Amino acid sequence: MAKPATKPKDDPSPAKAKSPATPGDNSVSPDELKAHYRDMLLIRRFEERAGQLYGMGLIGGFCHLYIGQEAVVVGMQANVRDKDAVITSYRDHGHMLACGMDPKGVMAELTGRSGGYSKGKGGSMHMFSREKSFYGGHGIVGAQVPIGTGLAFAHKYNGNKNVSLTYFGDGSANQGQVYEAMNMAALWKLPVVYIIENNRYGMGTSVERASATTELYRHGEAFGIPGERVDGMDVLAVRAAGEKAIEHARSGQGPYILEMQTYRYRGHSMSDPAKYRTKEEVDKFRNERDPIEHIRKRLLDAKIIDEAGLKAIDTEIRKVVNDAAEFSQQSPEPDPSELWTDILVEA
Amino acid sequence: MSTQVLMPALSPTMTEGKLAKWHVKVGDEVKSGQVICEIETDKATMEVEAVDEGTVAKLLVEEGTEGVAVNTPICILAGEGESAADAETPAPTTKAEASKEEAPKSDEKPKAEAAPAAPAVVAPAPEPEWKGGTQHITVREALREAMSAEMRADKTIFLMGEEVAQYQGAYKISQGMLEEFGEKRVIDTPITEHGFAGLGVGAAFGGLKPIVEFMTFNFAMQAIDQIINSAAKTHYMSGGQMTCPIVFRGPNGAASRVAAQHSQCYASWYAHVPGLRVLAPWSAADAKGLLRAAIRDPNPVIFLENEILYGQSFDVPEDPDFVLPIGKAKIERAGKDVTIVAFSIMVGKALQAAEELAKLGIDAEVINLRSLRPFDTETIVQSVKKTNRLVSCEEGWPFAGIGSELSALMMEHAFDYLDAPVKRVAGLDVPLPYAANLEKMALPQSSHIVEAARAVCNR
Repeated sequence: MAKPATKPKDDPSPAKAKSPATPGDNSVSPDELKAHYRDMLLIRRFEERAGQLYGMGLIGGFCHLYIGQEAVVVGMQANVRDKDAVITSYRDHGHMLACGMDPKGVMAELTGRSGGYSKGKGGSMHMFSREKSFYGGHGIVGAQVPIGTGLAFAHKYNGNKNVSLTYFGDGSANQGQVYEAMNMAALWKLPVVYIIENNRYGMGTSVERASATTELYRHGEAFGIPGERVDGMDVLAVRAAGEKAIEHARSGQGPYILEMQTYRYRGHSMSDPAKYRTKEEVDKFRNERDPIEHIRKRLLDAKIIDEAGLKAIDTEIRKVVNDAAEFSQQSPEPDPSELWTDILVEA
Repeated sequence: MSTQVLMPALSPTMTEGKLAKWHVKVGDEVKSGQVICEIETDKATMEVEAVDEGTVAKLLVEEGTEGVAVNTPICILAGEGESAADAETPAPTTKAEASKEEAPKSDEKPKAEAAPAAPAVVAPAPEPEWKGGTQHITVREALREAMSAEMRADKTIFLMGEEVAQYQGAYKISQGMLEEFGEKRVIDTPITEHGFAGLGVGAAFGGLKPIVEFMTFNFAMQAIDQIINSAAKTHYMSGGQMTCPIVFRGPNGAASRVAAQHSQCYASWYAHVPGLRVLAPWSAADAKGLLRAAIRDPNPVIFLENEILYGQSFDVPEDPDFVLPIGKAKIERAGKDVTIVAFSIMVGKALQAAEELAKLGIDAEVINLRSLRPFDTETIVQSVKKTNRLVSCEEGWPFAGIGSELSALMMEHAFDYLDAPVKRVAGLDVPLPYAANLEKMALPQSSHIVEAARAVCNR
């Protein structure tokens, strides 16, 4: 039985946490580092634009932005193979972009248009792509965890070597069905990596106020699931930890838990003024721990790229996001006949 | 190019707010994500961040202004290489146009777009005449034969649930299946309905065809979120991309002397939900033919069995291709005086009642619904056109039950043919008691059906 890794208790300055892959390392090439920067920046800019479109009334309902947490999904996705399954909660735009889904289709779903991934019928929290093995987008806290475990079950049943990356938040981490799923995953040695995105608050309740033990990476200990706490603001630390965890699952050793210590800059959803935390706390993360700024600095320090190069990436992404925003407004609303389609598969 | 910053909506219901404070002044360089101002609504004060970069060219709304409507331009940002003066009069932006589009023109009354009518339900083909002989088997054997036959034909089908494998099934439905199919395909689960129902949904999303057995449907209440929110709705929410071919099956309704928590009928609960198919077999032929159809169906199917029926025997066609259509009711007994509609165990009670009624000179037609969603309204309407009288039977509670729905459907589709109000026979509106005498009183018996039929026939 693998022993849970021992990690220091909540470290307020996780900048010191391990980052085995530095620009000088062979494990991450300069091109990969640039790609990580680009992918994170795409999520950031996309989410900022989504927030703006929400403010203009073009996006309705709930809209949960991923700003601040970009390193988690980008670092993890650096390790996936083509048919590995990915599933997450309702804070899902970043995951979709990191899976390679088209920003136009994602943004058009946010605006409820026919060009969206769900033809406008799912919205922010409910999007899927079979092609990219992205299984949602789930609006019920914790529900994606048994489902992600079932995707791993299907991989094992089919005898392929694919894994399931099942993302959930610190809020879900106390849910009953999460433990039911972990039990079965360990019992049946299912190839699933549970990625707990601990952004410190389940809506407005801090982890300390919601969880009897705040070392979430140890929450699988009862089932013998190894776990590890990772600096989720450092894409290279995430990538390195993800590589190990995914290899563990892929090689038939069963599930693995990664607790990503991360931070969301925005409120829980658009209408959350986030009064449960101080401005100083938010500013500290934004100014000192920003995952994108961190890699930007590395790229410059290692002379992998210069300011002009960064500007070019920025311009390219701005265009991608502008095109997505434009498409999401030009794409027509779904035809009324769509009301009655897709309720059942007609046999 | 300059851009206008518009007054944002900070919640789904906000229409206006107070511009409480500016964090920038004319001439300031603004970066994406930088807080530019604070807005107050009746609920909260929130910061507004810039999306675009640029230099603040003009603040259009003064700090402290109340009642600023959403989408009003509040600030102008000059783009790169553009002076603040150039940006004074920005060209109308697409965003402003988009917001204008939202507002109805003053001379036109906004009207709600009418929803198109639901597509007509295509009636399934009637059950063919089965050639060859029949075998006399129990409902239990019929269910096992259905699962085994389908599992032999399709390797992606597997059975999971509590005690289905080594114990041979809590009610012995899966007896011998572990031996035939092995532990990969017949899987004992921990007693965690919510978790294994969700795991089954994930396996179905991943391309398998799970049969999830609940020891009883009473325990599926723990899993009902996964059944409805994940299994039933995802096809629609994904715009048709995701499918969830899964069967949730197990005994439903009262057994015998197991009291309130173990004796509930969930027929109307699941039949309420678009995205599910809901089947309720009575005979062994129903059980075999409908379960095979359920396993082959590409949708999530709720398959409501009945513990008391498991040991009862019926004739079942021996034809190896025997399968029943989903959505088709069966006229179990033809009659001309009154229509009695029932499903599951109540079909047997309805047939008993019909025999009693025959002695009284009342010729009852008994319809076995078989499928609760889709619902075979047409077969019932045709029957009511003949008999002009209707009694519905179910074991569950009367309020918002299947009988309530049936009554409403007849109002809509057969009002002119009814010579008497529809009468509902249902379980009493109480949690099912344990005491033998009270339990008997609380559950509908054939005598209640006889009384109801006599009442609608005025005899």
